[in-house]
Amino acid sequence: MVDYIKSFDIDFIKQHIPQYVDAAWLTLRIAFIGIALSLIIGLFCSLILHFKVPVIRHIVKGYIELSRNTPLLVQLFFLYFGLPKIGILLDSEHCAYIGLSFLGGSYMAESFRSGIEAIGKIQTESALSLGLSRFQVMLYIVLPQAFSVSLPSLCANVIFLIKETSVFSVVALADLMYVAKDLIGLYYNTDEALLMLVIAYIIILLPISIIAGILEKRLRHG
Amino acid sequence: MDNNILLKIDEITKFFGEHKVLNKASLTVEKGEIVVVLGPSGCGKSTLLRCINGLEDIQGGSISLDGNVITQKDTRWTEIRQKIGMVFQSYDLFPHMTVLQNILLAPLRVQHRKKQDIKEDALKLLERVGLLDKKASYPSELSGGQRQRVAIVRALIMNPEIMLFDEVTAALDPEMVHEVLDVMLDLAKAGMTMVIVTHEMQFAKAIADKIVFMDNGEIVEISKPDIFFNNPQTERSQRFLNKFNYTEKR
Repeated sequence: MVDYIKSFDIDFIKQHIPQYVDAAWLTLRIAFIGIALSLIIGLFCSLILHFKVPVIRHIVKGYIELSRNTPLLVQLFFLYFGLPKIGILLDSEHCAYIGLSFLGGSYMAESFRSGIEAIGKIQTESALSLGLSRFQVMLYIVLPQAFSVSLPSLCANVIFLIKETSVFSVVALADLMYVAKDLIGLYYNTDEALLMLVIAYIIILLPISIIAGILEKRLRHG
Repeated sequence: MDNNILLKIDEITKFFGEHKVLNKASLTVEKGEIVVVLGPSGCGKSTLLRCINGLEDIQGGSISLDGNVITQKDTRWTEIRQKIGMVFQSYDLFPHMTVLQNILLAPLRVQHRKKQDIKEDALKLLERVGLLDKKASYPSELSGGQRQRVAIVRALIMNPEIMLFDEVTAALDPEMVHEVLDVMLDLAKAGMTMVIVTHEMQFAKAIADKIVFMDNGEIVEISKPDIFFNNPQTERSQRFLNKFNYTEKR
């Protein structure tokens, strides 16, 4: 074991850290934008389902089923290799944004929906009987409570989506996974490249897990 | 027409699916009058209240408030409901807001009143129900009786013309029932128009100007309390009172 660790090429690691740092920033940027879009899409979809908006809710249901039951890899292939056939050309980064928010939107929608459903009817009725409009009831009464109910599953989605970004190397995006695969291909330093990959993901995800845990505790009252 | 009539329920009918829960129920409530609705569970008393502020739609008949029919397709319920305060059986305070935030929400967001003015009103009302020290508490820190008193204040601050109480003490521990009923008695003295659904017979007798007895979706009897409790006019109300062991022998 000790010999194995000693066999690691420290200079190689030092030399390639900057590549990992760049890739980590790219991964984070894609994750941030993709997750922000996912949250917006998810909230919209859950509201459409909750208010049973005619016609549109069936489209939303179809989207959620499609998005949850196809692998992200397949969705990305469709965006990156399929769409150009009908004249829509997307670069890798835009593919990543769209792919991640397409996938994340449905997961966030389900989280929000379960949160909204957990809020008792009596809350809505007592707010309505005070003269609040349906929109105000949603905004001031249901969503704030639904949000704290949904928070654990929203956080789980965030971590899941960040991990999913590792798939984007297939559309030639220079994210963490891509850099590791690239280094392995160029130098055969498989152990060092993978070790750095694991460490990079832990550095990104561990703080997020911890922050999520703290948020959950703070938002829970009553 | 009598100008004193505030609420007029005219032969309303309500179905839940096939089941008829209200059958041509009619009732008038005058300004300042206190009407107590009694009847066995499932007789439609709660539904009757919920129809008044539009939480349930009706399939026949009409309801008017201040002489205006409020059961039309284009009724603007957000305006009507400001005139109708309602307190429910289960604790319905908003758990993510403090007592004061609960009370101020509707006056701020619905009536767009100045925060400073309504805050003063809110504190006065809280003092009146003995909960001034709880203004910064969250509902989870209050007892059931305290929550219901806050719920009453939350409805009162809108300056409603009429208050509806839907079995507000039914879910309370017995020792807390009084503190809520006292607040209602206090309101009655102040001249508030109220429609109260309750199972508290003593209270009904003490507070009511008019007892409405319902059974099976129908209004069976409307009497003054002393007549209703001492000399019920129908066989069905007689049977109901017997069950409660409340027909008093003279």
